[in-house]
Amino acid sequence: MSLVLSTHGKPLPSLTRVVLGRLTSAPLDPGLRQDHILMTASLPCEIDLRGYCGVLTCASIPPDQAEALARSASPIIHNIASLDHLQDGDVVSLSPTGSVRTLYRLASPHNSILVTERCNSFCVMCSQPPKSIDDSALIGRHLRLIELIDFNTKELGITGGEPTLLKADLLRLIERCKVLLPSTALHVLSNGRLFYYGSFARDLAAIGHPDLMIGIPLYSDIDWEHDHVVQAAGAFDQTLVGIQNLGQYGVPVEIRVVIHQHTYKRLPNLAEFIYRNLTFASHVALMGLEVMGFAVPNLSELWIDPVEYGTELAEATRFLANRGMNVSIYNHQLCAVPREIWEFCNRSISDWKNDYLPECEECVVRERCGGFFSSSLRHRHSSGIRPIRF
Amino acid sequence: MTPLESVHSDKQKPSLFRSIGHYRQGTEGYHLLPFRFMRWSAGEVLLVNDVGEFIFLESERFKAFVGHRLRLADPIYLDLKVKHFLLDSPSNVPIELLATKYRTKKSFLEGFAKLHLFVVTLRCDHSCHYCQVSRVSTSRSKYDMTRETARRAVDLMFRSPSPALKIEFQGGESLLNFDVIRHVLEYSQERNVLEGRDLEYVVATNLVPLTDEILEFLRAHSILLSTSLDGPELIHNSNRPRKGNDSHAITIRNLARAREALGHDRVSAVMTTTKLSLGHPREIVDEYVRQGFGSIFLRSISPYGYAVRTGEALRYETSEFLSFYKAALQRIIEVNREGRDLVEVYAQILLTKMLTPFPSFYVDLQSPAGAGIGAVAYNYDGEIYASDEARMLAEMGDKTFRLGNVHENTYEDVFGGETVRALAADSVLEALPGCADCAFLPYCGADPIFNHRTQGDVIGHRPTSAFCSKNMGILRHLFGLIREGDPFIKDLFTRWATGVRTPATIGEIVS
Repeated sequence: MSLVLSTHGKPLPSLTRVVLGRLTSAPLDPGLRQDHILMTASLPCEIDLRGYCGVLTCASIPPDQAEALARSASPIIHNIASLDHLQDGDVVSLSPTGSVRTLYRLASPHNSILVTERCNSFCVMCSQPPKSIDDSALIGRHLRLIELIDFNTKELGITGGEPTLLKADLLRLIERCKVLLPSTALHVLSNGRLFYYGSFARDLAAIGHPDLMIGIPLYSDIDWEHDHVVQAAGAFDQTLVGIQNLGQYGVPVEIRVVIHQHTYKRLPNLAEFIYRNLTFASHVALMGLEVMGFAVPNLSELWIDPVEYGTELAEATRFLANRGMNVSIYNHQLCAVPREIWEFCNRSISDWKNDYLPECEECVVRERCGGFFSSSLRHRHSSGIRPIRF
Repeated sequence: MTPLESVHSDKQKPSLFRSIGHYRQGTEGYHLLPFRFMRWSAGEVLLVNDVGEFIFLESERFKAFVGHRLRLADPIYLDLKVKHFLLDSPSNVPIELLATKYRTKKSFLEGFAKLHLFVVTLRCDHSCHYCQVSRVSTSRSKYDMTRETARRAVDLMFRSPSPALKIEFQGGESLLNFDVIRHVLEYSQERNVLEGRDLEYVVATNLVPLTDEILEFLRAHSILLSTSLDGPELIHNSNRPRKGNDSHAITIRNLARAREALGHDRVSAVMTTTKLSLGHPREIVDEYVRQGFGSIFLRSISPYGYAVRTGEALRYETSEFLSFYKAALQRIIEVNREGRDLVEVYAQILLTKMLTPFPSFYVDLQSPAGAGIGAVAYNYDGEIYASDEARMLAEMGDKTFRLGNVHENTYEDVFGGETVRALAADSVLEALPGCADCAFLPYCGADPIFNHRTQGDVIGHRPTSAFCSKNMGILRHLFGLIREGDPFIKDLFTRWATGVRTPATIGEIVS
């Protein structure tokens, strides 16, 4: 059931730069058009196409009309195979190449903004491998996206790459979220290393975003084990000081642990370390491996079947929960996890990359199960998968 | 590498991931971080660091560890490393983590005096043998706190910077001066409109004077009650004589009324161990179960007031108390095993220090001592003392720990005066002979007033101190139970320490 998140059509030459807009299928009064992209299956000639930031249509515009429309109407992409995956309120970008990319889906609870592809770590299982490109100029586009996202959005993620590499621009972005989306919970995924600089943590706290959480991975209680996973010497120390700085300035922190061959053995020790040293963490997420990106070439080194680390996972989970810490298990299938910790399992996989197996159809707890990453099904999944029938 | 450097120097390819050995480089040799230790048994040593994290080591491994000969391959090496007993990198981050943990452990000091005892009367209808100070008297004027004295005490209390203040009404029998209790409550609430503190009220009472009017008042203001229950009728009535010899019956009857009015969990009880109690640990615990209490506080007798004056007849050795304590604790554990929740409060205080990163806010077991800086007692006559024990001592004629008088002294005189300063300076375990090197230091506290009373000076002499032998005995016992590894006891102790209630059986999510 993987989702369509991009499509393609023919641009008219009036589309000269990337345009972001909020979709509407109903024509709007001229005063309301400037933030909107009109989408329409056909193109009746009486329709007024002026004043929108863009127009999407399945109709094919004959060459003889194209020139006139390019002059008189909003920038258009036509000849799109289907608009079925798009809904009013979604935000898309139109580019002069004719591609239409979905940046925000009104109906999804899992929207996030990928603010940079750069990263200062190089994790062995990274699902979104970093690129050494300077994408800092895209900040304007991200700020524009914030303006277009629905005011009632419950939660919005900020991811990368490493978002803190944007430094002051990240703070600007969060500031804009506070102003434009005051009731939207903001969840930033960061390796936390740059919060080693106390002034950066302080500046972030000073924004005073009412519902902000920084999700930071910690892979081991041993410095060199963590540094190995993220392939950066000194990262463990930087991340720990970063988490402490955020805690000191009152920014809520979530600790995220991805479980694989290099991290599963010390899970109980890591739980104790977190309890003793980072007790102030708002949430601890113990996460299954997403077989994407670097995890694919490194899979033989990283793979451990979840049924083989059930003991460690249960021990770590119970240790934290018994001490009043808020702990969840992400990205696991219930049938591959000891039943005593099912209550901690979340449906955490974003809808657009979430799947189930045919045998899951017969399972009585399917509705409560997180299912699989679509990508994992292409590569490897637990041998413990079986429908629960009672 | 700084957090930013690697992004610029990044020329790696997926095939160029470095092995773990690359990141482990340079870890040759280690430093010892501060810890204390004690011989646990013939073959084992107990190590405790400054923030209360602990580890048991076999003697040979201990020798290797302190001799800098422990190998990385030894599984205990990593345990010592992550609990911050050893440091094997040039990084100062482990030290910073320790510093944060230490600040957390000492955070009971934040906000200064939080517990304010108001001794509203010395009058009492009981004449308990162990009682420190009460007077069976009808003379109101002589032993009751006046409204004016109470107001001045409240004014002093609000000078304390603590955002949370706990007011505990003590006696005598505090409810015999209910008028002043009500006055303190109303006046402090009135002042709190501007002060905005988090105020909590506890009335220590034998429950005898409870009327419906009083209950309604307590209910309306969410006031907690703390009462005394020494065990089953025979023991309780023997320990707590009053005219008619009916203390137990009245306590139980009024306990029911109080619970009915205030809520079951709004009334707690403490017990005092007398010579008579020593032989009946099981019966005493069972009485708490029978009366539906969720906690019991097993207290030894204190060397003040009548307890001393009545002399040898009531005295017992610390070893006798420890035997009693262990037997009672064993019964409490059994009770929990049978499915009833019952917490032993003193064990809970110690276990919080042992098993969590947090401090205990119990003022009688802190370093520096809570006297004057964590708690203060306003006596009925306006005299101010560093603790409840200090005012009991004063009733015996020794005013060493008098801090001033609510009518004569300013906040600065009282809380910044020589007496408070000396008490704090003389009660830092880290600098006390016999304590400074004790493995149990992070869990223990100093009691300079007890030392002064029993040994003639505030520093005291640990080998002959009943306070020391009692705490050593109880801590050793608790560690022993943890070391034995009974999973039920470990879970129970964790629940006590953390206050987290988890269901015994996990909820089944298949419907």
